[in-house]
Amino acid sequence: MDKHVLLIEDEPNIIEAIRFILSREGWKVSAHADGTTALDVIRQARPHLVILDVMLPGQSGFDILQALRSEPGLETLPVLMLTAKGQGRDRDLADRYGASHFMTKPFSNAEMLQEVRHLLGQGA
Amino acid sequence: MPRNALTGTRIRERRVLIGLRQADLARAAGISPSYLNLIEHNRRRVGAPHLKAIAQALGVDPAALTEGAEAALLQGLRAAAAAAQPPVLPEIDRIEEFAGRFPGWAALLATQHGRMAQLEQAVERLTDRMTHDPHLSASLHEVLSALTSVRSTAAILADTEDMEPVWRARFHRNLQADSERLAAGAEALVAYLDASAEEETGLAAPQEEVEEWLAAQDYHIAALERPGATVSEPPGGVLATASARALARDHLAQYARDARAMPLAPFRAAVEEEGPEPGRLAARFGVDVPAAFRRLASLPEVSAGLVICDGSGTLTFRKGVPGFPLPRFGAACPLWPLYQALSRPMVPIRALVEMAGRVPQRFLCYAFCQPAHPQGFEGPQVLQALMLVLPLPAGAVGPLQGVGVSCRICPRAECPARREPSLLAAG
Repeated sequence: MDKHVLLIEDEPNIIEAIRFILSREGWKVSAHADGTTALDVIRQARPHLVILDVMLPGQSGFDILQALRSEPGLETLPVLMLTAKGQGRDRDLADRYGASHFMTKPFSNAEMLQEVRHLLGQGA
Repeated sequence: MPRNALTGTRIRERRVLIGLRQADLARAAGISPSYLNLIEHNRRRVGAPHLKAIAQALGVDPAALTEGAEAALLQGLRAAAAAAQPPVLPEIDRIEEFAGRFPGWAALLATQHGRMAQLEQAVERLTDRMTHDPHLSASLHEVLSALTSVRSTAAILADTEDMEPVWRARFHRNLQADSERLAAGAEALVAYLDASAEEETGLAAPQEEVEEWLAAQDYHIAALERPGATVSEPPGGVLATASARALARDHLAQYARDARAMPLAPFRAAVEEEGPEPGRLAARFGVDVPAAFRRLASLPEVSAGLVICDGSGTLTFRKGVPGFPLPRFGAACPLWPLYQALSRPMVPIRALVEMAGRVPQRFLCYAFCQPAHPQGFEGPQVLQALMLVLPLPAGAVGPLQGVGVSCRICPRAECPARREPSLLAAG
């Protein structure tokens, strides 16, 4: 079965790049740009992995992560947090709210691929 | 003349006594009128050669002008002592002996303390800026976002050999757009950091720059006193930062409004008749009370100090008078009538005060607080309180309120409003 990756990110060109590199590996990639409706989209789509940006219009990635972790059935969903601010504070918050992994922008494509593979349980 | 009057004050008093104009004394002493003005307001220390020339022009012995001039130095030393941390314990009770025996070292210590306080302020401002500046944060985010896309897209183009032309073209377009965005973002960031280097490494806070500029003209802006005068741009040379120029611009605009409502000649005549009583003057000219406060402070002959604070008690305007020092940084004395006014908006307050010091000096204060609602009924109430500090008129009677400058350097041991211990020996 194709693994489904849901990308919550508001930069169209970043979406396009990530979609390209992940699709090429055979994964199904969908994207959503709005923070306020992200949780509904995750509930409906039931992806295998969420890539979640921190700075989103409407609602921050941290809020979405918190809501997600308190929702039955979504507590263990793998979440890869993306942030343009690599400071310790964001990393700490991501840890505390239960992100599976944390990656700073600008990331390398190889790094992204490796981490997604790892989180989808496919090893390198 | 009070025993502890500062040199500048003595020069001014002597000059007025013999009916010499400031410009004439400056010419006789070979210094610029604006420099003399700073000296007379105790804003500049007068050096020995200038002092000699001034004393000669005034026909007095230089010593007559400097006797007791150590008051400012002593205040500086007390402020330095107040900031000392244990186990460093300056011998505060021997502070005058120290200043007398080692005037050079004492001056150095006081000057360095002032400099240190300025630097601490500058560091605080810069830290604030780095951690809380939304513009900086947004610019960095923009640059990092564009860079993320560029890096990822460029790697795709470099690593993918069998890419369909349609995709290749699309990624090239993205790359092009993002590199434009990156360039613009980086440019904005550099411009911003450049501007803030100019703005924020200046050690004087914008408010201090404006105060120096106003003090140099004795808070009287002659150019705005002519009928039909229009507000011109504040001078860029004296006011180095954009924030200071913005403050000065607001001040000039308000000054012009006040001068229109209370033209100089009729206002002077009214002060002559009524005395410097802001309530009656406001009623006579049909203006609000704060306007009369400001207008009185713009007349050099009234010798009025003026302090203005906002609803948090922060001083937003400071025009000092000799004998009534204003704190450079931090909060002032909670017993100032200014703060009583702040807690009782629209109630006029008149109080006789005695400023603590070696030789306590007495003043007449008027204070008033006016609420404003710039955003109408729905918006917040914005408070502004003002206090006018006038020389005590002969024969003024009433209860005397003891006040100080600021708790840490105030000698009043038994003060009910004290917020922190004084580090001064009493007296």
